[in-house]
Amino acid sequence: MTTLTPAINLKELVKEETIKVSEKTIDTTEKVGSWLSEIANFFLFFTSIVRETFSRDFEFKEFLKQCYQVGNKSLPLISITGTIMGLVLTIQSRPILVNFGAVTMLPGMVAVSLIREMGPVITALICAGKIGSGMGAELGSMKVTEQIESMEVSATNPIKFLVVTRVWASTIMIPLLILFADALGIFGSWIGANIKGDVSFVLFFSQAFSHVDFMDFLPAVIKSFFFGAVIGIVGCYKGYTAGRGTESVGKAANSAVVLASLLVIIVDMIAVQITDMLN
Amino acid sequence: MSEPVIEIEGLKKRFGSQDVLNNLSLKLHEGENLVVLGKSGSGKSVLIKCIVRLLIYSEGNITVFGKEVSSLKKNDLAEMRMKIGFLFQSGALYDSMSVKENLEFPLTRIRKELSAKQRQEKINEVLEHVGLADALNKMPSQLSGGMRKRISLARTVVVDPKIMLYDEPTTGLDPVTSDEISALINDVQKNYKTSSIIITHYIECAKATADRMVMLQNGETYKEGSLEEFEISTDPLIKSFFKTNT
Repeated sequence: MTTLTPAINLKELVKEETIKVSEKTIDTTEKVGSWLSEIANFFLFFTSIVRETFSRDFEFKEFLKQCYQVGNKSLPLISITGTIMGLVLTIQSRPILVNFGAVTMLPGMVAVSLIREMGPVITALICAGKIGSGMGAELGSMKVTEQIESMEVSATNPIKFLVVTRVWASTIMIPLLILFADALGIFGSWIGANIKGDVSFVLFFSQAFSHVDFMDFLPAVIKSFFFGAVIGIVGCYKGYTAGRGTESVGKAANSAVVLASLLVIIVDMIAVQITDMLN
Repeated sequence: MSEPVIEIEGLKKRFGSQDVLNNLSLKLHEGENLVVLGKSGSGKSVLIKCIVRLLIYSEGNITVFGKEVSSLKKNDLAEMRMKIGFLFQSGALYDSMSVKENLEFPLTRIRKELSAKQRQEKINEVLEHVGLADALNKMPSQLSGGMRKRISLARTVVVDPKIMLYDEPTTGLDPVTSDEISALINDVQKNYKTSSIIITHYIECAKATADRMVMLQNGETYKEGSLEEFEISTDPLIKSFFKTNT
């Protein structure tokens, strides 16, 4: 008896471990499967946006309404953050530049960093929070309250009416918001420079733009369009594919912000690499 | 009996491994109000969503005005949907639009031939019909549950549909408002000459509106007949249903 017990235990142990490994394998396979199906759904959603964009009867009135929602209603937030961005950057950089006797480089340095990188990325991240989550929550609640189905039975294509208009509105308005934030950032920088110094508005701006050339603007503007598209597509996708319960509206809004922010950073990384290669 | 406008044969709908509709067959005749009764989860809402192809059914046939729904192309499907009014359980009013815009939305898409003036006249007519002529410029958030249902009904009939599908029209409403909605359903049938499927589990609504009734159980037809036949039935399930939901 004493010699048999360890053998049985070992057999059971092996069996238990095998079950555990099998369960883990099934679990992992399911996770990978759902991840792949999410990617496939996203791709199908994207192709339907492209298809409906180029089909007849573009919903122009709704598009203008969405431009107003995305652009005008985001202006106060973008104005405040843009100004503070320039102000803080100036206050933080000034002492270092003073140490090197390069304080005259301050306007140019701030302008280049705002236009090339900080303005587009920070504004896009704020837009991902405000616009992306707004779209996710709005479409999610429309789904939950059967408004999207109601549109379908009214012989209206909801992708065309709700999604295409929102995606194009964010693709066009977010770059404009970014340029606006850049301008206010430089203005904020001028305020920051005048806290411990005395420099005229005209001189500050002429110094700032003397360091900026066309190739600082162009890549930043191009990537801004991609930021806008990413925010619009992700916000709409998460809302449109939300589940049935009210809880899913919150989840849609939350995941829209997270995914859009992540994709903005990834798009920025790719854009920087491409710009670097071209330079 | 008049010609059927909707014919359903051997309809099956599965969600995963669960059969929600199982070999269901029924007909809706022109001009009649057909009430579909059944417990929650018996597949009533799924049935009418399959009719307008909001859900794709697994097996069987649904024919609307002689055309098989599953084989309709995009344009034909849109054309078929234009002839059907669908009153959703939640009302499904567009929150971002005023009552006027909600009513204009289907009109501008389905009745494109109407001028702005004709559209306005049509909107006024249906709003008066549902007794809410003064709600024209209100937002859905300013309306009570009963008012929302009435506006939803107005939005559905504004395009003169031939068939009406009502998904739990009296759910969540007080008895008085429920009776008013039931009366409106009858008015719609009379004034707009519609054929209707009314999904409900409220017996009072069924009694007030039904020309014929069908009871679903586990996704299939359990009993079909007139209100009188249901009322005198000795079947324990029907008796219990009538007793519980009165």
